[in-house]
Amino acid sequence: MAIPLFYSMRNLWKRRLTTILTVSGMALVVFVFAAVLMMAAGLQKTLVETGSDDNVVVFRKGSTSEVMSGIERGQASIVEMLPQVAIGGEGRRLLAKEVVVLIALPKRGAGNSNVVVRGVQEASIPLRPQVKLVAGRLFRMGSSEIIVGNSIAKGFKGVGLQGTLSWGMRRWTVVGIFDAGNTGFSSEIWGDVDQVMQAFRRPVYSSLIFKLNNPAAFPAAKTAIETDPRLTLEAKRETRYYLDQSEMMAKFLRILGLSLTVIFSIGAIIGAMITMYSAVANRIGEIGTMRALGFRRRSILAAFLAESLLLGALGGLAGLFCASFMQLITVSTVNFQTFSELAFKFTLTGRIVLQAMAFSLVMGLIGGMLPALRASRMKIVEALRAA
Amino acid sequence: MLQLKILFRNAFHNKLRSGLTILGITVAVLAFGLLRTVIGAWYSGVEAASASRLVTRNAISIIFPLPIAYAEKIRQIEGVKLVSWGNWFGGIYIDEKNFFPNFCVEPRTYMAVYPEFVLSPPEKKAFLADRKGFVAGRKLAARYHWKIGDTVTLRGTIFPGNWDFVLRGVYRGRDETIDETQFLFHWDYLNETMKRVSPRRADQVGFYMIAVSRPDLAPDVALSVDRTFKNSLAETLTETEKAFNQGFIAMSGAIVTAIQMVSFVVILIIMAVVANTMAMTTRERIGDYAIMKTLGFGGGSIAVMIFGESLVIALTGCFAGMILTFPAARAFSQTLSTYFPIFIVSAQTLWLDLLAALLIAFFAAIIPARRAIRVGIAEGLRRLG
Repeated sequence: MAIPLFYSMRNLWKRRLTTILTVSGMALVVFVFAAVLMMAAGLQKTLVETGSDDNVVVFRKGSTSEVMSGIERGQASIVEMLPQVAIGGEGRRLLAKEVVVLIALPKRGAGNSNVVVRGVQEASIPLRPQVKLVAGRLFRMGSSEIIVGNSIAKGFKGVGLQGTLSWGMRRWTVVGIFDAGNTGFSSEIWGDVDQVMQAFRRPVYSSLIFKLNNPAAFPAAKTAIETDPRLTLEAKRETRYYLDQSEMMAKFLRILGLSLTVIFSIGAIIGAMITMYSAVANRIGEIGTMRALGFRRRSILAAFLAESLLLGALGGLAGLFCASFMQLITVSTVNFQTFSELAFKFTLTGRIVLQAMAFSLVMGLIGGMLPALRASRMKIVEALRAA
Repeated sequence: MLQLKILFRNAFHNKLRSGLTILGITVAVLAFGLLRTVIGAWYSGVEAASASRLVTRNAISIIFPLPIAYAEKIRQIEGVKLVSWGNWFGGIYIDEKNFFPNFCVEPRTYMAVYPEFVLSPPEKKAFLADRKGFVAGRKLAARYHWKIGDTVTLRGTIFPGNWDFVLRGVYRGRDETIDETQFLFHWDYLNETMKRVSPRRADQVGFYMIAVSRPDLAPDVALSVDRTFKNSLAETLTETEKAFNQGFIAMSGAIVTAIQMVSFVVILIIMAVVANTMAMTTRERIGDYAIMKTLGFGGGSIAVMIFGESLVIALTGCFAGMILTFPAARAFSQTLSTYFPIFIVSAQTLWLDLLAALLIAFFAAIIPARRAIRVGIAEGLRRLG
């Protein structure tokens, strides 16, 4: 017969101070564990949502980001004429030739950071349905006007509406602020591609973006681009392209987070172990009595394990509760891979909740295993005498 | 003396519990020490940078080049002793995960501007004589088992193509704070190739390194350099090497802050564990305290006993952790030399370890001590049963 769960719960309540201290130690570990995973998930989510699946990015072979790439005008025209490029409303091809450069801007707070300036064409806007203007207006083609993403407008100095930036011996006026949701575009500045190229003295485009007329046509387009001897270019689906860009950073965060939590969890497990050992030591008489009443060894084992699993569950819940507030925080840091600023939110996913709870229960289980074994192995007579 | 004996007796009364607690503190101090060392490693570039060297780059951002013609103009500025230049090459060795910094530099002046990179005279001569030659840091050469005369191919990401280099020398750092994982080759090799394959990108450099004749001239020289190129197509930004490196770290500031916060969280975790131990100890010993009170000991001396016991446990764990930090750091630096070329446990870290242990001991004992002081004699004795 099993010992009721109520017994374990009452015992935790009886020694509140100890329970609170143990649970808070575990909660902190779970908090760190969840927070790091949330950071990596947020980064990846941001970059994945930046791309859309039927868009294709074309860049120079061997370059790992748009900034390093260069595409001659002639090559760009060859790609533009591919039959797989979708045709838009007014019979225009849905292909944008863009230039991407980095400029250093002063951050609010302290220091400079690299911000992406993207020179875009008219077709760029329908290619990115996530981008929505929230203040001001679009820039006029052929002028020194720019629009900035909301993360940039929030995080950097002097880039509010009507602010001016100067580079390439010209002054650029911010005429609009756009919101691109949870995507990398929110951390960019957009202007007319021809103006940007002229100002930075870049005679070549950085990348081409086009929409496929049929999502299944990607392999054909890829082969056409990569086997054409006139082109030294590479094509990737936009989703894939942005996923690759988040890989290194997400991996770094995960490794860092996992090694930290493994070390920290040792502390929390020891805490649980101390608590459970003393719970056993204080109740030797009770254990003897229960055994004398006919409860089996495995019922005792189960009761103490249940108690320490409860500790783990409480710690996990408390840690996740605190971690869920991290979702309100936006982090803005430089992505090592592209060397440019990227803002992203901590994101709590169902998977992380499950992982964190499992982690917490495992901590409780490991911490409670030895003490519970000790309790279950006690001899009835000795236990009763000790009481 | 007697009190000290009581403290130790009390602390190790329950061997299992004290042992576990000490183990926990050891792990926490170890983690804390390693995290502080990671942060130190992050800043190692700043520590090693000289305040008497200047770095000039394009004012727009680091990705834009400067014309090579600036070299002569900078040399004419008063206070400038030497000018060297280079480019970030960004080549990949076999696979992207084999990361190491690779630059092309003007070798003669670069060696003079950076005396902390020590190269033996015959190797230096061989490197200068071979345009396709390169030098690698000692740790880098050891990591990939390169020997003098080996050909190494890098795949260019910024400058397309496969580039062959021949190892002509292995440099050592003047002391252990110098990065020994760099890959340096001739700027001429890059430039001559660029002239051939893409003339638009030839005769450009990524950054100038300037050695000034006296360190106190550095700010003036920086201003004069920037003034010289004001209102040109490529305006410059000149700052000391320290500030330049600091700028890079500021970009990943969010991550450094996160690691810093996490290193305090581990202290909080272990504080909870130790507080728990102390709470249990005092709960078990309430009867003892009641007897002591009956004998005439005041609340103060009982509190001293509890704080002392907590201190004994915390310090034992702390010292064990401090000793273990050194072998752990060595193992860490070997596996992570790609990310952190410099990984040294600093004296400051050890002081912080000690401070953390004292804080743990103090805060962990507050609630138990308060309880023990407040307990009435009759109530305490009743529990003695």
